[in-house]
Order: sequence, then structure tokens, then C-alpha cells
Amino acid sequence: MAEENTNMGIPLPEGTSDIIETDYEIGQDNIETKIGPFGLDIHNPVFLISGLSIVIFVLYALLAPTQAAEFFGWLRPTLTSTFDAFFLTAANVFVIFCLLLIVSPYGSVRLGGADATPDYGYPGWFAMLFAAGMGIGLMFFGVLEPAYYFGTPWGDEPLGAVRPFTEDGVLIPENVEAAKRMALAATSYHWALHPWAIYAVVALALALFSYNKGLPLSIRSAFYPILGERVWGWWGHVIDTVAVFATLFGLATSLGLGAQQANAGLDYIYGIPSSVTTQVVLIVLITIFALISVVRGLDGGVKVLSEANMVLALVLLVFVVFTAGAAGIFADFGNTLLAYGQEVLPLSNPVGRVDDGYREGWTAFYWAWWISWSPFVGMFIARVSRGRTVREFVTCVLIIPSLVCVFWMATFGGTAINEMIANADTSAVKANVIDAYRPELSLFAMLQGLPLASITSTVGIILVIVFFVTSSDSGSLVIDTITAGGKIDAPVPQRIFWCTFEGLVAIALLIGGGLASLQAMVISTGLPFTIVLLLMCWSIFRGLQSEKRA
Amino acid sequence: MFNKIMVPIDLAHADRMTKAVDVAADLAKLYDVEVCYVGVTSAAPGSVAHTPQEYRGKLDEFAKKEGAGHGKPASAHVVVSHDPATTMDDDLVQAVKEVGADLVVMATHVPNIGDLVFASNGGNLAKHTNASVCLVREA
Repeated sequence: MAEENTNMGIPLPEGTSDIIETDYEIGQDNIETKIGPFGLDIHNPVFLISGLSIVIFVLYALLAPTQAAEFFGWLRPTLTSTFDAFFLTAANVFVIFCLLLIVSPYGSVRLGGADATPDYGYPGWFAMLFAAGMGIGLMFFGVLEPAYYFGTPWGDEPLGAVRPFTEDGVLIPENVEAAKRMALAATSYHWALHPWAIYAVVALALALFSYNKGLPLSIRSAFYPILGERVWGWWGHVIDTVAVFATLFGLATSLGLGAQQANAGLDYIYGIPSSVTTQVVLIVLITIFALISVVRGLDGGVKVLSEANMVLALVLLVFVVFTAGAAGIFADFGNTLLAYGQEVLPLSNPVGRVDDGYREGWTAFYWAWWISWSPFVGMFIARVSRGRTVREFVTCVLIIPSLVCVFWMATFGGTAINEMIANADTSAVKANVIDAYRPELSLFAMLQGLPLASITSTVGIILVIVFFVTSSDSGSLVIDTITAGGKIDAPVPQRIFWCTFEGLVAIALLIGGGLASLQAMVISTGLPFTIVLLLMCWSIFRGLQSEKRA
Repeated sequence: MFNKIMVPIDLAHADRMTKAVDVAADLAKLYDVEVCYVGVTSAAPGSVAHTPQEYRGKLDEFAKKEGAGHGKPASAHVVVSHDPATTMDDDLVQAVKEVGADLVVMATHVPNIGDLVFASNGGNLAKHTNASVCLVREA
């Protein structure tokens, strides 16, 4: 690594930073060619290998559906139940690492050089943080998860919490408060510091090595301190290819499963029956909107859509807060924060626990899931975070989204639980989460208990769809950048290709079957990526050491 | 006739835009005016430069070299974009206004800038600015 800030007349970034001296020139392995009227600028071999391997796995899932379902259906739970302690420990490491960065002197290093200014203001930045990687999860799990932990009859209570219902479904009033407290704390645990620390580690590594060290904006760059020049060879190709693979399959399978869920919602509200045709139409619509967004670009498409989406989500949130009783919600929020603070240590303890169902089935699953999404979300966060100091970056990526998520869970989950307590016999949430497990209906069941249900449910469906669009467009940009060797100015047809490809994979798997099994495969990539992320912490530490601190 | 000529430059493919650069130099000599070379770059490292500042240095160097060749004043202007592949149109319109050019000489048929300089790109400049636009076909 260079001790000097300049090399062969290369000027400083904006202010002081520490460019890594390497002979590698960004784009040197790229193939620039033309297909018809379209220019291409693609990395050799990452573009081809990732594209082909995705096709091969789709064919495998389509041609041998039973075998694929059996294998991946076995692999995912086996990994999360075998390596649960590893996942929990690693996630704790990421949180501690991030918190240390906030208080350490390294916090004053600025991403993009000492004099860089932020590319985006706070509203646009926060909107993009949420819309890329978590928005859709908040819609799906906001009601489901707290309601599930509260009333689960399947023996996966967090930390073996008390049950509020008897075997026959009769409410036990003295257990209600404790069960609600634990349900909201255990949900917050999955949506607050830990997942955002996972995203922050990846994003920080990429931003640091790209904006301060001058390496290409690609996952492999974070490994320069460990692998050195080998990172430009097959080591790097493998890392980047797996990242593309996980991102594309993660997006495509979520899109396919999301279309089924949106269809279930449409059926529930408007009586539009669930059919493959409706679901394909939904995927096509989402893909078209995502295409418009990527063609309009980061500022004109992705950011605008993310902001609009956040406004709509905020409207829904405010509506629920006021119709369900603002005083109660804020009390729930305070209690949830307190409970989270008290329970986060026991919940994140990796050993000597008895709540296998919760720890293996939910926590380890979540950690694998967040980690498998981290190359995508982390890279996108890096793309929009230039100009922030490390302290500001980690605080804003870790603390503020955590608070928002806890508030969201307290609002949606708390309201749903209150409704289950008040009307245990007639509760639509209880009917769809506890009595029968129809997770995709949980949000709509909760909204049913509030005024203007038909309007808010429609807003809910629109939000689900738009969150898919905002994940799909940012994901396509990320895949495009990685497969162009870190170039962010590759020809537009390439991002159109990846966005369309993602929609086509989703449709193929929806029609042919295999969505669930390939999603299980994606989540399984969380295991190798956990090791990758742990190494990234070391890389970040090494990278920050040579940077100028304010 | 003209006050300032603007030449959009893709530094990664400058060798493939020599014709436009030469035409601009000839016109500069003919009308005795300054040439401003405009480049669009991103904050993220690219094939030409690791940082916007490094890019600016390289474009300055390019302008200096060209200026020495044609003997007329030469300057460089850099636009930093979040997403150059999609904002090129707007960036160039903005650049015309910022540098105060009244004639734009552009190369066509080169990747990146080239893609965006196809008819609609030059057309876009003609439509949204007061400058005259001269499109030069490279071989």
C-alpha cells in the first residue's frame, strides 16, 4: 500500500486519502464490443460465467424439480441449524465492530477523501437505504413476525417466553403483557442493529476501497489487503461471480414469491383469483417499472422512486399510528426499545439456549438471509454514500434505520397484537397467522381492523409492488457494475439486460416451479459470505489505518 | 462568427475522436476562438481516473496538449455525475451553459460518449441550448 499520497502525477482525491498503488487498470479485463447497435463493455470472465451459471441453475430447477427441492430444502435448514452459533457470533462481531468504529478515532476518516462532500442529502440517502434492501421485508414481516412470536403454538417462542393462549386458543390475561413484550423485542432483534451492521460492514468496505483507495467498485476490491494483486485474478472472479449469482437469484426468487404474495393479497381484498397468469402480469409490470427506473438512472429513476415510496410508506405508517391510537403506539415504541435493550444480549447469545425453533428457524435464517443480500445492498449503499465520514456513515446506517425499524414493528406488530388481545375470537390476524398460517395476508388482516381498510389495503399492495421495483432497479445497477468490472458508466443496454434477465428468471421459475428451492439455495450462500464479511472487517481495519484522520 | 467552441471528450476513447478534435482545432483557428474540452466522469473510480480530481488533471493535460497544437486558447471543464451513462444528455446541456459555448463539435460512433452522441444526443443539445452543433462522424 502506498505511503505517499501521490504516484506518477496522480493527484489526490478530494483532500487527503491513500490511493493503493496497483498496476491494475479498471476495465483492463473488459471486452468492448457491439451486438447490433448496442455497445457492450463487460468484464471477462465475470459477466459470462455468472450469466451462464444462472441459466444452468434455472435449468436444473426446471428439469429436476423434485431433486432440486429436496436438496436445497435439506441444505438451508441444515446449514442454519448446524451453524446457528456461528451465524449468531458473526452477527455480534459485526455489531461490535461497527459500534467500535463510531467511537474510535477512525470514525473521522471521510469516504472519498478528506475534503469530499456528500453526494446525496439525508432524505434521498435514507430513502435509498430502505428501499433497496429492507422495505419489502418490513411490509411482509411487520405484522407477521410479532404476531407469530406472540401466539406461536409451534414451540418456537423466543427465549422460551410465556404463551398468551391455552391449547384451545383461550386468552390467558396474566401472560399477555410478557408475551407481547418479548414478541416485539425478539422481532426488533432481527430488524435493528444486527442486520444493519451486516449491511454497514459490506458498504463501508466497498466505499473505503473504492472512493479512498481508488480500486474498482466491486466486491473483490475489499479483499485487496488480504489477497493483494491476486484479487484481480481467479480469486476475485469467484468472489464477484458468487455476489452476482446471489444477488440475481435473491432478487428473482423474491420477485416470484412476492408476485404470489401480492396475488394472494389481491384475492383477499378484491377477489382476483390466484393464477399464474396474474402473477406473470405482476412480474412483467414490476420489471417494466424497474426498467424505466434504471434507464432514467440513479438520480432520475432510482432516487425519485425510492423517495416516492418512502413518502407512501410514511403515509401508511402515520395512518396506522393515528387510527390505532398514537398514545398507545408511542408507549409500545418506548416499551419495545426498552425490551430490546434488555433482551438483545440474551437473544444474541449463541450458546446454551433452549429455544431452538426461534434461534435456528428464525435468527440463523435471518442472519443467513441478510448476509446473502449484503453484497447487493452493501454495494448499493456504498454507491450512494460517498462524502460521509465513517462515524456519520456507521451512525446513519446502523442507528437511525434501527430506530425506524423498531418503530415500524411497534406500530404494525403492536397494533396487530393488541387486536389479537382485544378480540381473540374474531381477530383476522390470529386467524391468518396463528389458527392457519397464511403469512402473505397478515398485513391486510391487520389493516382490516382499522378504518378505511379497502383504501389502506390498496396502498399496502401498491407499496409491496413499488418496493419490489426499487429492489429490482438498484439490484440491476449493482449487478451491472460488478459484471462491468467495477465501471459505473457501462452502456445502458447492459443494465437493461440484467433487469430483464431477472424478470425472466422469476417467470421461468414461477411457471416451471423451483422458486422456493432456489431461494433456499441463495440463503445458503449466506454461510460462505459470513466468512467473507468477517474478513472484510479485517480489511476495513487495515484500510482505515493508512487514512488521514481529521 | 463564434465565441467559444465546446468539444465533449471521452478520455477513455480519445484516440477514436481525433477527427472531431481536429475539426474543432481548425474551426478555432478559422474564427480565432477558444476551445473548451468537456468531460463527464463519476465519483467512483473508472478506467481513466481513480477520482474526479485525477480526471480533471488528465483533461487539463489533454487541453494543454491540444492548445499547444492549434495555438488557440484551450480550457477543460469537468462534470461529475452520479450515473454518467444516463445523465450525459443533461450534463452536456448544462456544460454548454456553464462554459458559455456557442458551437459544439462532437464525435459520433464511439462507445460511452459515442452511444449518447448518436443523433438524439446532438439533437438534444441543439434543442435545449442556443449553440450550433456540428456532429463529426469518426471512421
